Amino acid sequence: MSNLFDLLVAGLATGAIYALVAVGFTLLWQTSQTINFAQGEFVMLPAFLMLAAMHAGAPFWLAIILGILLSMILLGLAFKMLLVDPMMRHGVLPLAIATMALAIGIKEAVKQFFSAEASPFPSIVPTGDISILGHVVSLQSIGVLVLAILAVFGLTALLNRTSLGHQMQAAAQNPTVARIIGVPVERMILLTFLINAFLVALASLLITPIYLAKFSSGEVLGQAAFIAAIVGGFNQVRGAIAGGLLIGVLDNLAASYVSTQYRAAVPLIFLILVILFRPQGLLGRAEERTV
Amino acid sequence: MKSTILAGALLAFATATSVHAQAIKLADVAELSGGGATVGTNWKNGIDLAIEEINAKGGVLGRKLEVTHADSQSNPGVARAQVQKALDAEPYVLLGPGYSGSVKVTAPLAAEAGIAQIMGGEAAELTQAGNKFLFRTSFGQQSSMPKVAKYIHDDMKAKSVAVVWVNNDFGRGGRDVVVKELDRLGSKVVADLSTEAGQADFAADVGKIKAANPDAVFVYLNEEESARILKELKRQGVTAPLMGETTLIGQKVIELAGDAANGARGHVGLTTDAPVDLIKAFRDKFVKKYNYVPDHNGLKGYLAIYMVKATTEKMGKVDSKAFADTLHGLTIKAADEPGILMDVTFSETGDIDRQSFLVEVVAGKQVVKQVLPKVK
Repeated sequence: MSNLFDLLVAGLATGAIYALVAVGFTLLWQTSQTINFAQGEFVMLPAFLMLAAMHAGAPFWLAIILGILLSMILLGLAFKMLLVDPMMRHGVLPLAIATMALAIGIKEAVKQFFSAEASPFPSIVPTGDISILGHVVSLQSIGVLVLAILAVFGLTALLNRTSLGHQMQAAAQNPTVARIIGVPVERMILLTFLINAFLVALASLLITPIYLAKFSSGEVLGQAAFIAAIVGGFNQVRGAIAGGLLIGVLDNLAASYVSTQYRAAVPLIFLILVILFRPQGLLGRAEERTV
Repeated sequence: MKSTILAGALLAFATATSVHAQAIKLADVAELSGGGATVGTNWKNGIDLAIEEINAKGGVLGRKLEVTHADSQSNPGVARAQVQKALDAEPYVLLGPGYSGSVKVTAPLAAEAGIAQIMGGEAAELTQAGNKFLFRTSFGQQSSMPKVAKYIHDDMKAKSVAVVWVNNDFGRGGRDVVVKELDRLGSKVVADLSTEAGQADFAADVGKIKAANPDAVFVYLNEEESARILKELKRQGVTAPLMGETTLIGQKVIELAGDAANGARGHVGLTTDAPVDLIKAFRDKFVKKYNYVPDHNGLKGYLAIYMVKATTEKMGKVDSKAFADTLHGLTIKAADEPGILMDVTFSETGDIDRQSFLVEVVAGKQVVKQVLPKVK
């Protein structure tokens, strides 16, 4: 039982990070029909930007701020203007393939300019344990979980409770009508790219102390987030959150109770089942035009 | 007539001079990227350092050493292709790879070409297949694992042990020997966990270890995975003593795992913290050149080059066909060849006999607790 509790906590902590990444995935899809296959690499890169800032002499807190800002410029603004906008005119598929190329480009660039070896990365959450319901739980797991949930709730509140959020939703659901009623659609789309960049930078900050900073670490994360987004519902932010948490827990339970060797297959099997029996995802809406 | 003789003599002299000055070409195939990047980069740097030193002193038998490095990407398939390419250039000796799986698929190629292969792999089976051209730079698992099992049983007094290993040739080879030895000594394996190479998340594996509640945990993974599991063991509050073999307490692991590496113990054939003056001098030279402390793979690469030097000087000629025969049964003494760092004897199978160390990580540093002498 103690084992199950530990697994749930660890799974939720990892799942919360998957959720952050998956939310960004769904946001980009909803507003600009961008399937970003470089999303995993988007999580890997900010850690290296922060490490580069630290190597240049910046303290950790400043490196975090610089890393997030640079991520928003590179992975938000530049990504949209230099890759998505020109490719989008040619359809969803060429854009998806272009993001695959971008993923390879980012990985190789990090390998070349930084290192092919893993690097340690400081944790924003202090190490140590606390006791919850008689169970010893690491502060890091709790910290990751809390920060990720706060970010997700903050985003949900922004989308559902503010005028800006409503404008973003309007731009996503029906850009033509949104334009007619005066919503600056282009600006809203750019905003989702910036939000995605912020979310991946936050995910990077939380996951890298555990997974280590390595050029290839985005592969696992990108795949997990993609599965999470589809399982939860590609057209719903809450679906991506649920999908992320579910995949995190499922992965840990599968590794523990099924087989370590087949752990990677279990979320994929689950994905197939969801596609077969509930193609819109667990919390997705079937009537969305883009799914 | 005279002018023809003179021209012939000049030509002969020129040829002789060019042969004399021609560099000895070595080929290295190592894990310069991918999961084994730490292994390959250290190995490569060790090689380059040794070659620089030897060439600065006039080379081997008056000829300079030259090496080409190729990247196996930590992938046996790529390693095989790179080794084939390297062998096509007819090197004097083949160096690497470091991963046992890559050595396993490349060793037949080198043997077929009749080129000696000095590698970093530690899987027991590598030198048990009758290959006459394969040489280790460190202990094989059949030499190191019995020492590990004995330490777990005798010194750690562990009656129950969790064994975590990486599911590849290296991990499986070590796991098989250590489990057999633990069983023979009477320590029970209460958790036998295979993990994947490149695995990022060890929460479930550590959960299983916690549930098994062993007296000791034996961790046998590659460097990066070792660091990740050490962090996770600390994160989940596992307090059972940790034992490993070489990788667990390597410099890179200590750097990556930080505090989580403290207290981990391991048997190492080679460590830059060994209380041996020549190794200390090597470490200083390496740090000066590369600005970081190498792990055992840096030592292995360095030793590989001095094995080439000592063997060639023993032969008195550069003869790639006779190289392997000469190295079999050869004892190289550090007093005669300081670059070899410690006295070493090579068996007929290409295995080595050398002193080794029991190490513990204390405050982020390897501390040698015991020195285990050479067997023969």
